[in-house]
Amino acid sequence: MIIDHPLLGPRDSDEFTYLGDASLLDRPDGLGEDAAARFAEYVYMRDNPAGLHRELWFHAAGDLSWLVVTRNTATHEITAVELASDVTRARRAGK
Amino acid sequence: MGRFSALRLLREGLTGNRGWTPHWRDAAPQPAYDIVVIGGGGHGLATAYQLAATYGQKRVALLEKGWIGGGNVGRNTTIVRANYLLPSNQGFYALSLRLWERMEQDLNYNVMMSQRGVLNLCHSDAQRDAAIRRGNTIRLSGEGAVYLDAKALKKDWPFLDYDNARFPIRGGLLQPRAGTARHDAVAWGYARAASDLGVDIIQNCEVTGFDIRGGKIFGVETTRGAIAAGKVGVAVAGNTSRLMQMAGLRMPIESHVLQAFVTEGLKPVIPGVVTFGVGHFYISQSDKGGLVFGGDLDGYNSYAQRGNLPMVEHVAAAGVSMMPMIARARLLRSWGGIMDMTMDGSPIIDRTPVEGLYLNGGWCYGGFKATPGSGLVFAHLLATDTPHEAATGFRLDRFARGHVIDETGHGPTPNLQ
Ligand SMILES: Cc1cc2nc3c(=O)[nH]c(=O)nc-3n(C[C@H](O)[C@H](O)[C@H](O)COP(=O)(O)OP(=O)(O)OC[C@H]3O[C@@H](n4cnc5c(N)ncnc54)[C@H](O)[C@@H]3O)c2cc1C
Repeated sequence: MIIDHPLLGPRDSDEFTYLGDASLLDRPDGLGEDAAARFAEYVYMRDNPAGLHRELWFHAAGDLSWLVVTRNTATHEITAVELASDVTRARRAGK
Repeated sequence: MGRFSALRLLREGLTGNRGWTPHWRDAAPQPAYDIVVIGGGGHGLATAYQLAATYGQKRVALLEKGWIGGGNVGRNTTIVRANYLLPSNQGFYALSLRLWERMEQDLNYNVMMSQRGVLNLCHSDAQRDAAIRRGNTIRLSGEGAVYLDAKALKKDWPFLDYDNARFPIRGGLLQPRAGTARHDAVAWGYARAASDLGVDIIQNCEVTGFDIRGGKIFGVETTRGAIAAGKVGVAVAGNTSRLMQMAGLRMPIESHVLQAFVTEGLKPVIPGVVTFGVGHFYISQSDKGGLVFGGDLDGYNSYAQRGNLPMVEHVAAAGVSMMPMIARARLLRSWGGIMDMTMDGSPIIDRTPVEGLYLNGGWCYGGFKATPGSGLVFAHLLATDTPHEAATGFRLDRFARGHVIDETGHGPTPNLQ
């Protein structure tokens, strides 16, 4: 698989380390009333879809940036690559 | 259909082999069953067999979306072992290994169970100590293991690279009762025995939804029509999350691809199964002579049943480090299968929040060896509504409760389990 890094261009996926579902960016409030239940869900439960999946990849053998890659898990086709920092910034601005 | 025996083989051989018939009935779905098992892999088939054979269930159907044996049961590298450290796992795999030892008699089917031993190599003092400790816990569980130093290993395994400058081989933990079996024959043997006991084995029948009302299950929707069921057991390996999503449930599971490889047939050279202790590589030799080997997961979510080249390169490099002569062998085929990797690397066999819906999944890359044990304990759960004593740890809510069974100590990172 080739990941089209937003800053560095196309890179071999072997340069990256995989973390999994990008929902991990949405960390629950540790002081919230239902924190224990929400953290159990956050840490352990996944949608695990067959199809489009937004996921976190770390450019370990490159510029050490975290990417959010949108990839089809049924075909391995990659359709979008964003910097995770951009994704979180945009989300905060939207809130 | 008739029993298989040496006498029968002789008789058929002398009469033109005209007496053989299909091994199981290709059943059409009936409108209703007491118990429907979804998934015609090893686990679903073993469950259906045990429901009929041990728990006396008369109206059982097994639904398979493709054909029997087309999933992981026909894609794995056939290693059977019981060399776990944690009691919840080891108790279960010990039961399973004992069932493997009598499977051929139970099923009247030659599954080519071969207890040729599984050897895990170690390369450092720390690995040696861990191997000896693991060996001791295995012995306490009654399953047997022996630690061999490099000198002792050289007798049966002369071709390993003992003096590798980076990863010298210090010794290895051998489980003599472990080994390999013919994977397709396991699926066919269970299908035949289950069908013989009245189980309807329904192929080309994909489950597309559940009939759930008021938190209780009443049946399944399939590509061959609706089928009513008192209870439904799900055993679909890599597709567990997809099935459970149809019931509105999220799972502590990611689906990952694992590749395997086989070379052209060679003369007998590898006496058992051997695993490299650095990186991940394991190899055995099939009875046809092909070297069967594999390594780690590719490491990203996948339902594609095929992997990518970086893992091919990694597996090949690890193989050549462990036994340099493998560099001369020519690769015949490679393939991939989809693993239901759980957040602690251990399986789930439990009721679900939906009444009448039961789950058997999360087998990761090690569910072939679990097949007979899994069939027994899942049938027990389906038939009696209580967990089998060998499977009390495999609860679905163990993650939220903090009672994970994390054999490798990797934490909630399924691709590293
Ligand atoms: C390359 C590789 C090597 C492996 N090596 C080993 C090994 O050496 N030792 C070991 O112990 N384990 C090994 N495993 C793991 C082992 O193969 C699996 O854990 C085990 O086979 C899973 O259980 P199963 O046999 O029931 O799965 P499967 O055979 O995959 O059965 C599941 C079935 O469910 C069906 N299904 C899915 N969705 C639906 C639906 N909606 N409706 C109806 N049917 C459906 C599928 O078609 C499939 O046939 C390996 C796996 C792979 C891929």
